[in-house]
Amino acid sequence: MKSLAELEAIRQKVSHGVNMRKDDHATRIVVGMATCGIAAGARPVMNAFVEEIAKRNLEHVSVVQTGCIGMCRLEPIVEVMVPGEEKVTYIKMTPEKAQKVVAEHIVNGRPVKEYIVGEND
Amino acid sequence: MKEISLHILDIMQNSVTANADLIELIVIEDEENDILSFSVKDNGKGMSEELLASVTDPFTTGRTTRKVGLGIPLLKHACELTGGGISIKSKLGEGTLITASFVYSNIDRQPLGNMSETMHQLITSFEDVDFIYSHKVGDKEFFVDTREFKKILGGVSFKENSVSLWILEYLKEGEAELYN
Repeated sequence: MKSLAELEAIRQKVSHGVNMRKDDHATRIVVGMATCGIAAGARPVMNAFVEEIAKRNLEHVSVVQTGCIGMCRLEPIVEVMVPGEEKVTYIKMTPEKAQKVVAEHIVNGRPVKEYIVGEND
Repeated sequence: MKEISLHILDIMQNSVTANADLIELIVIEDEENDILSFSVKDNGKGMSEELLASVTDPFTTGRTTRKVGLGIPLLKHACELTGGGISIKSKLGEGTLITASFVYSNIDRQPLGNMSETMHQLITSFEDVDFIYSHKVGDKEFFVDTREFKKILGGVSFKENSVSLWILEYLKEGEAELYN
């Protein structure tokens, strides 16, 4: 069973490194989480990103949510913003696709073409 | 929505948008009395009587970008399908309380679904907001107050990879324990 004592141990482990993070230069993964996104399955998609990033312990990558992106029929929609590169918009995402995006795009730097808006809608 | 926990995620975001910094969620699965209910209480900006009267109308929304809002109408519909309903109390400047109830045994009642994912997402996405969460199943209760986490973490972010994973596991275990 997880205990609050474990959380204390985690704090001690990470707290010295926290100030080193420069989040203004971070890669941002933005998930549309308005009613349309949630109904289309955005929650497990966002969860998959968060878990995959955390398990790989990727620093300088933040997963955040936003409201309706405006193309409700293409939800769940995810935008990936890598500093210095053009924004990539993925559509009709699933948790499995999210894992692939982390591996291919975030880690290897190659956007997953077949999930990008305009390629398959 | 496929799960009640998705409605909960959606509805609680309204509280965040209303600038609440304390949101209290109570989920009760009361099989004996054939009711599944949840309530969300926030200390956000609240609603005027006019807004409150029209809030279940899909053509009412707090958004300025578009003229429809479906969160509350969808929830109301889901409740009423089972023979339940929603009630909303609100006061400008004080906050809002929304209660939704479903008839537990009704065939149209959605499953509660993945509450740990819903709570994890809210807790880690809106760190400035404190969440109190109580989930009761029969006579068992799982209780979380994120202010306790903050006290222990002393400024370390919920988004920190190891912290985020710990919170998710903590929620998963607490939820699972309810059904043991």
